[in-house]
Amino acid sequence: MKQHRLKRLYGVLFIVFCSTLAFVLVFFAIRDNVNLFYSPSDLFENPPQGRNAIRAGGLVEIGSLKRSTDSLEIEFIITDLKKSIAVNYTGILPDLFKENAGVVATGYFDKSKMSLDAYQILAKHDENYVPKEVKKALEK
Amino acid sequence: MFQILKNFYHKLGSYPWFYKISGKVIPFVAVLSISLIVISSIWGLFFSPTDAVQGDVYRIIYFHVPAVSVSQVIYYSMSVAAAVFLIWRMKMAGVYIKSLAPIGAAFTFIGLLSGAIWGQPTWGTWWVWDARLTSTLVLFLFYLAIIGMQSTFASRKSADTAVSIITLVGVVNLPIVKKSVDWWNTLHQPASISISGESSISSEMLIPLLLSILGVYLFVFFTGLLFMRAEISTREQNKEWFKKLLSNN
Repeated sequence: MKQHRLKRLYGVLFIVFCSTLAFVLVFFAIRDNVNLFYSPSDLFENPPQGRNAIRAGGLVEIGSLKRSTDSLEIEFIITDLKKSIAVNYTGILPDLFKENAGVVATGYFDKSKMSLDAYQILAKHDENYVPKEVKKALEK
Repeated sequence: MFQILKNFYHKLGSYPWFYKISGKVIPFVAVLSISLIVISSIWGLFFSPTDAVQGDVYRIIYFHVPAVSVSQVIYYSMSVAAAVFLIWRMKMAGVYIKSLAPIGAAFTFIGLLSGAIWGQPTWGTWWVWDARLTSTLVLFLFYLAIIGMQSTFASRKSADTAVSIITLVGVVNLPIVKKSVDWWNTLHQPASISISGESSISSEMLIPLLLSILGVYLFVFFTGLLFMRAEISTREQNKEWFKKLLSNN
């Protein structure tokens, strides 16, 4: 490669290096806030301080879902298979919300009861796509 | 072999050669890409099986995945062109970036929009500030910056240089878009298609998805050539070869 082009190649590498460094520093600075939610284990290890809303995420524990008969109130347990926290919520649930499926709940955390008073429930869906008929056949 | 590649590279830098060849290629790619998109859309919307968890709403995958996938590939190719422009001063690389940026922006927008429409019924929200969605929005903003910068310089050369630099700055965002779902907790799920391992999407759903991805890639190839020709004819309108070409037709 000719001398002047080599010099420009170094220039290009320098731009990419600087920009990478900038991104790395930014992500280093906000490393505690990049995650969308805390797992129940995170909440036990490091309970959030203050009265701000937090998000907790994990699986809806099998058999933990309790629906009220006369209102939209529900109670369930979020687990990461190590630790678990209780959640209560009143409102409409997304289509994919069910037991043993991923969920992210936003709300106010009560440290004394290790429970979350949620005002928003989001369903997480996994990366698996299976035809309805195949799944039915597998369950038989 | 190296000599052939070198020759091809030099030819690629020539406006008249590119103009001639692209004119011949465009009709084939256009027909092929549009028929692939039509076939895969009909297949995906009506004939591929219903998903066990999501039901029929998952069919938006046949638009969402090709759009976001091609928007990232376009950006990677633009940053290669940016390096080529900065090192070898190849004018065609500047034409490439200018022509492909609006296409990339359009597909990123389609990806974000289809994702929002998909997210509302399944997740329960249009938008959430998780790492995958936010980094894709950043990609969209880089595209807008590249488009916006084109017209802020008096000379074509300084515009192409500045745009190449901003393109290279943004390329760091792409691995973040790709790996965000693995590095952090996000609402968005990890990838379903795997090149090295086994895909977690059943093959009856995967085949029309791969067809739609191929169709969209070819569509970008087709529109890219079209936009590049338009850009070349703007830049070269007063040149001898172009006038000759016009008078011949």
